[in-house]
Amino acid sequence: MSTVIKVENLSKAYQLGDFGTGTISRDMERYWARLRGKEDPLLKVGETNDRTTKGQSDVVWSLRDINFDVEQGDAIGIIGRNGAGKSTLLKILSRVTSPTTGSVKVKGRIASLLEVGTGFHPELTGRENIFLNGAILGMRKAEIKRKFDEIVDFSGVERYIDTPVKRYSSGMYVRLAFAVAAHLESEIMIVDEVLAVGDAEFQKKCLGKMGDVSQGEGRTVLFVSHNMGAVQKLCNKGILLNNGQIAFNGSCKDTVYHYAQNGVKTDADFLNRISYSSDKVKINNILFNNGPINSLVLNPENNFSFEIKIDLSLKTDTPIDIECRFLDRDSNPVAFFSPGHHDGVKIQNKGEASLTYKITFPGNLNKVDLDMNLYLTYPGVEIYAFCEKALTIEYTGYSMTSGHVFEYEKGAGLIFLPPN
Amino acid sequence: MLENEDWDIKITAQNSIFDLKLRDVWHYRDLLLLLVRRDFVSFYKQTILGPIWFFIQPAITIVLYTLVFGNLAGIPVDGLPKPLFYLAGIIIWNYFSECLTKTATVFRDNSALLGKVYFPRLIMPLSIVLSNLIRFGVQFLLFMILYVIYLFKGTTIVPNAFLLLLPLLLVMIAALGLGLGMIISAVTTKYRDLAFIVSFGVPLLMYTTTVIFPLSVAEAKYPAYSWLVKFNPITAIIETFRYGFMGRGSFSWELMGYSLASTIVILLLGTIIFNRVEKTFVDTV
Repeated sequence: MSTVIKVENLSKAYQLGDFGTGTISRDMERYWARLRGKEDPLLKVGETNDRTTKGQSDVVWSLRDINFDVEQGDAIGIIGRNGAGKSTLLKILSRVTSPTTGSVKVKGRIASLLEVGTGFHPELTGRENIFLNGAILGMRKAEIKRKFDEIVDFSGVERYIDTPVKRYSSGMYVRLAFAVAAHLESEIMIVDEVLAVGDAEFQKKCLGKMGDVSQGEGRTVLFVSHNMGAVQKLCNKGILLNNGQIAFNGSCKDTVYHYAQNGVKTDADFLNRISYSSDKVKINNILFNNGPINSLVLNPENNFSFEIKIDLSLKTDTPIDIECRFLDRDSNPVAFFSPGHHDGVKIQNKGEASLTYKITFPGNLNKVDLDMNLYLTYPGVEIYAFCEKALTIEYTGYSMTSGHVFEYEKGAGLIFLPPN
Repeated sequence: MLENEDWDIKITAQNSIFDLKLRDVWHYRDLLLLLVRRDFVSFYKQTILGPIWFFIQPAITIVLYTLVFGNLAGIPVDGLPKPLFYLAGIIIWNYFSECLTKTATVFRDNSALLGKVYFPRLIMPLSIVLSNLIRFGVQFLLFMILYVIYLFKGTTIVPNAFLLLLPLLLVMIAALGLGLGMIISAVTTKYRDLAFIVSFGVPLLMYTTTVIFPLSVAEAKYPAYSWLVKFNPITAIIETFRYGFMGRGSFSWELMGYSLASTIVILLLGTIIFNRVEKTFVDTV
């Protein structure tokens, strides 16, 4: 296997804020510094890209010192939370923008699909747009002509092919656009979350096509998505980005696990979502696996367990404990955790308090996605506070020797009964 | 060992200023033609008159100019038929100003496309130049029709060998419009002030060329300021065009030489600046 993409010390700085007043004088300042051979004054402050904290400088490093190699035939999933630098990386790789420092070396043609239907002109017909869009993506006219029937066939909009695309439904539009892109003959394909559109049947078709591209035809695919299922299905390797740096780089399975384990950071107003029905209690913080996250994976590696820690302030000595209700995606309750009911209620002294529990699921459940509603209660007497969907859980399912995994939602039910 | 391998693409912060990626541009030549076709077709989609609209604008303009500048203001036109005199200036000026104004805002107008997919950025301004060349062609047809009519009517218009310079003139107009446009486009991605200046400045600039008056009139009436008209490189082009096709006006190698030299300088400067800006404009546009 040979290296087809080599990324070395790649960094990209963005200037925050509004362009306008002050930019000319700033530019002069930078130009003057460059003339004297000094470092660019605006790039000096090295701040990580954390959108939730307010920084002092208005320059932010969207990517910082990224290094990785891609081998031919790899399908790499690039994952990370919003603002981690995924799109910036793809933009640099597809040459839409250039890095601030560092370099990328590539062997072969790159086709990037950062958006479907780029360059579609509403006034032109489907036929004309196939040619235009194909050319924009780097195909030669003869190449498009050769594949024209295949493209139309794949898109399934044959009847409308001579109608201006402005009359298309949005679904048809996307189908046609993806069909063009899917028939690109390039050695490397870069795909941003374009699959978020279109109906389920078409999404499946697209995933299948992408699978063919990477596995069947030996082409290299870089795929950015928040859909972990799609990433796991398509990719054999993964890169996890966090604050513009590579947090993990390895097999796809490990990367997705790593991502899930470190979780998705909660939205800033997470704690504001808590509804209180008593003023005796105030929740200061909720941590899962010691992190400010709100989604995680339960699998054999963590023994299907996670830790929950709640920091509170109490006005008076209060009998208080937590209750967790686990619901399936249709909001049917499937599990209940209540140490207070189980062991008897403890009274917490007034002031700061902290409740920590380890919750362990049985290992013989079928694959299921769960939401957890969190309550602070005087068990059986009073509810102090309630947080809906405090956590979402992906339970990977009882895996048997044969490799089968049954799914709760596909009729296997919640519990798998292994033979003794 | 890896260092010795051949990489097809190298993405770095800056590349050399004269690297125009012409090989890339050549590879994307089909895109260039398709973009031109798109501009042309989408221009008259859902219109009844279709491409005839290309004629209507200059036709109305010459009527207006003949009435206002020719008859009302009485500006002499070197003894040529007024419509022919004006049309010659208008089609050249239109070609130049369209190339300039469209190229000047090329990044802004196409940011949605350019921000999502890579192709040699030079394709975009080149497609503007080509689209407008087609428009020029259509308008030139109008000029030729009028020209033949006047020839048959026996008006004294004497074509001469200088009309063979037409291809050179066209290249010069395109290069001037493209070059100036690219210089302006580089600045407007960050500071949009210049876009406003262009939108009212370019029509004003027309009065410093010989669109509505011959150079001889400017020299006779304002001898102290006629350098201003000669300073505009378009003047030499319009004068040469009129001289070649109709035998009136002026032609001087000096003026042409100056015009050609400034065209080359502007085009070079424009390309260098464009090449620098195209890499990061997505972040600032």
